[in-house]
Amino acid sequence: MVAISKIATGNGHGEDSPYFDGWKAYETNPFHPIDRPDGVIQMGLAENQLCFNFIKKWVMEHPEASLCSAEGVNKFKETALFQDYHGMPEFREAVAKFMGKVRGGRVKFDPDRIVMSGGATGAHEMVAFCLADPGEAFLVPTPYYPGFDRDLSWRTGVELVPVVCESSNNFKITRAALEAAYEKAKEANLRVKGLLITNPSNPLGTILDQDTLKGIVKFINEKNIHLIGDEIYAATVFMEPEFVSISEIIEEVECNRDLTHIVYSLSKDMGFPGFRVGIVYSYNDAVVSCARKMSSFGLVSSQTQHLIAKMLSDDDFVDRFIVESKEQLLKRHKYFTLSLSQVGIGSLKSNAGLFIWMDLRKLLKEKTFDAEMDLWRVIINEVKLNVSPGSSFHCDEPGWFRVCFANMDDNTMEVALLRITTFMHKHNEAMVPRKLCRRASLKLSLSRRRDDFMSPNMMSPHSPIPQSPLVRART
Amino acid sequence: MLSSKASCNSHGQDSSYFLGWQLYENNPFHEVENPTGIIQMGLAENQLSFDLVESWLRKNPDVMELKKGGESVFRELAFFQDYHGLPTFKNELVEYMAKIRGNKVKFDPNNLVLAAGATSANETLIFCLADPGEAILLPTPYYPGFDRDLKWRTGVEIVPVHCWSSNGFRITMFALEEAYERAQKLNLKVKGVLITNPSNPLGTTMTKEELDHLITFAVAKNIHVISDEVFSGTVFDSPGFISILEAAMDRNLENTDVWSRIHIVYSLSKDLGLPGFRVGMIYSNNKTVVGASTKMSSFGLVSSQTQYLLTNVLASKRFTSKYMKENQKRLKKRKEMLVSGLKKSGIECLKSNAGLFCWVDMRHLLSSNTLEAETKLWNQMVCDVGLNISPGSSFHCSEPGWFRVCFANMSRGTLQVAMRRIKDFVERSNFMGRIKMNYQQNMSSLSRKLLSNWVRKLSSPDPNEHER
Repeated sequence: MVAISKIATGNGHGEDSPYFDGWKAYETNPFHPIDRPDGVIQMGLAENQLCFNFIKKWVMEHPEASLCSAEGVNKFKETALFQDYHGMPEFREAVAKFMGKVRGGRVKFDPDRIVMSGGATGAHEMVAFCLADPGEAFLVPTPYYPGFDRDLSWRTGVELVPVVCESSNNFKITRAALEAAYEKAKEANLRVKGLLITNPSNPLGTILDQDTLKGIVKFINEKNIHLIGDEIYAATVFMEPEFVSISEIIEEVECNRDLTHIVYSLSKDMGFPGFRVGIVYSYNDAVVSCARKMSSFGLVSSQTQHLIAKMLSDDDFVDRFIVESKEQLLKRHKYFTLSLSQVGIGSLKSNAGLFIWMDLRKLLKEKTFDAEMDLWRVIINEVKLNVSPGSSFHCDEPGWFRVCFANMDDNTMEVALLRITTFMHKHNEAMVPRKLCRRASLKLSLSRRRDDFMSPNMMSPHSPIPQSPLVRART
Repeated sequence: MLSSKASCNSHGQDSSYFLGWQLYENNPFHEVENPTGIIQMGLAENQLSFDLVESWLRKNPDVMELKKGGESVFRELAFFQDYHGLPTFKNELVEYMAKIRGNKVKFDPNNLVLAAGATSANETLIFCLADPGEAILLPTPYYPGFDRDLKWRTGVEIVPVHCWSSNGFRITMFALEEAYERAQKLNLKVKGVLITNPSNPLGTTMTKEELDHLITFAVAKNIHVISDEVFSGTVFDSPGFISILEAAMDRNLENTDVWSRIHIVYSLSKDLGLPGFRVGMIYSNNKTVVGASTKMSSFGLVSSQTQYLLTNVLASKRFTSKYMKENQKRLKKRKEMLVSGLKKSGIECLKSNAGLFCWVDMRHLLSSNTLEAETKLWNQMVCDVGLNISPGSSFHCSEPGWFRVCFANMSRGTLQVAMRRIKDFVERSNFMGRIKMNYQQNMSSLSRKLLSNWVRKLSSPDPNEHER
């Protein structure tokens, strides 16, 4: 039997990580308030489901944004034919405007620098192909999103060198850490081509302060390497301090703008992962040109470009959405972290993202990653929550877990908290706050809304068993 | 500073194929606003049957506003990012694909992997089948985009299998063997052969004989066969379309090794005329390939919104049957219009039964049988005549003088304008040619006379000799 490629048979796809194992555990036994009340609750998927009714209302009120409506069908032909890899001008203008608004209007984005890609997943791979050759390297501060191992390395052959950040200073990216990583790469004979930062951070949920950002820009300029800013959580900053984008920093710090690139997407800020809207925004003309040609491998469906162009050019809607989204995230974050702290669980202080970086170090039997895995298995199998272990994010220190809070309704949240509370009670032999229990059980007995059927059974992207609600017979 | 991929030109965009598009973009024809502009005949798009889809949309309120049974499914769609794709969509796709093949082949939706257009599907398949530096054989002439799709980011080489007009560009066993040997001499390990069936740019379907050669070759050399069947729904005339899988089934190869080395690429861009929606797919009986390409599809999934819309369109069986029949009828008529129009100008086309274009023989219009002459003629066609047609060299054709001319991406009126322009051009060329010829003939008889007079004068010593 002739071999297929090494890429296809290797495990560079990264799916053997516990990050994805947890999803599989969820898929085999997904929680449902009525049908499967003992199922696993998905808290390992960073999705933003809190503002849907708000968006749905807009969609219903704007039939012209859909090609399938009487108002929109006259645009069907030209949209269906539109395959220009420059993307629809109105789409690029609307996205550029949205990106500017999310940054408080402090920066303006040029629609001609907007390049489409197949989600942020496609954008990251595309940037890696443009900036680095096989065998070259990117520096990535830890902890970082597990998907980067696949997106930046798998088919590109680019190596990732971690910039180790520590809990002792709240995982700040220090100059020392950057230099150490750069040296390590040099010792391993790896040519460093760039530094990738995620700001706001996944999994930390924190933003980089001005000083850190300025330090980073200085560092990359000195080393003459590229800076890639993954800003896909930019609109999820729900509390002070305010988000600062690298697009703002480069206006203030002396630097070579040709080294600066931003990856963006509508999957997190707007909650549209299914629509595959990824963006590469580069200040380097040659990169824009190359990326645009490469975008042929992952263009945004023109049907979706049409919808997004209409939606994001509605200034009133966008302004209200940004405010509403922040409010919902703040509310959920506050309630979740407060409830956790009441049972003695702390988390890294955060003001952004769709998750918290939960501190369970004191629950570890010993300070090892094996102990972290043991605890994780307990959480999945006994507490029945899919949370993501820090080691899958390449965290240097065992005991941290990323827990998503924005991908479920209030009822499911209550159930999750109840389980955590019960578990902690058992573990600590401490008193469970009675108020929390009663309120939780009360909410469970409320009559179901339609949404209750949908949210717990949301498809996670890498499941082996498709269970889409769109598949279940509704007729 | 950047990667070598970014700085090289393996993206293939410096090809005349794409340059022609750029020239068109700078001066596009419009019946009213720019009647002297360049007519785009270099883009293989199917615009003939949109009215059918639009009328279906108007009649189907459930799809409007992304409703299902009266309730909005917007939310579920917005979250649906499973790289396995919407199951109902894949079910409809396999049924549609089977229908195109006269239901002679049955497809399993679990073996279907969605991708962002055939562009992405082809690249992904190469990433799965070959390592950098290995090679894929490709019969010429072939679609220029393959230079980018198969090679650029994968690092895989293309070795052309030369086909010739003398036998209608059919793929012979000899040509396959010759290409394989050439690859070996270059120290390139051949991992597979990629065919486009129906062919772009030829517009012909492969014969059973050709398919058998390919399968026999793949068995003997232990290599993969990728069959790009994106034009399978555009077959408008006999002989019918035979898919590679059908040919393999006819030889009872389902339980042999080669069955898991046959892969199909498909898309809705050509058959349904929906290139903007980016719906491509890979079909393979090889579980490892399906698994790996499914994971890779993360880099280019099909928008859930689009999957949902097309699920509903394809589920309407009456519509798809009507569409297929009507679309083929219109393509046939339009192709005949092009062929007869060109014939009036003394230009022949390769006999074709599929596709959105004709492979046009303009060898007799070349000043010489060279690539330079073809390029010169191409320049004239685009800049003077105002027709963006695609030169054979951009398709790696081994013989100069062939051009691909698209006919399905414009109105009848525009095609008529194009035919008129060609006629005028040919007549002008003929007229100028005749003047030139006459001039040359006249010149030669005059010089002959002068020469013989001069010789006579030289050979006669008597000054009065000339009077004899």
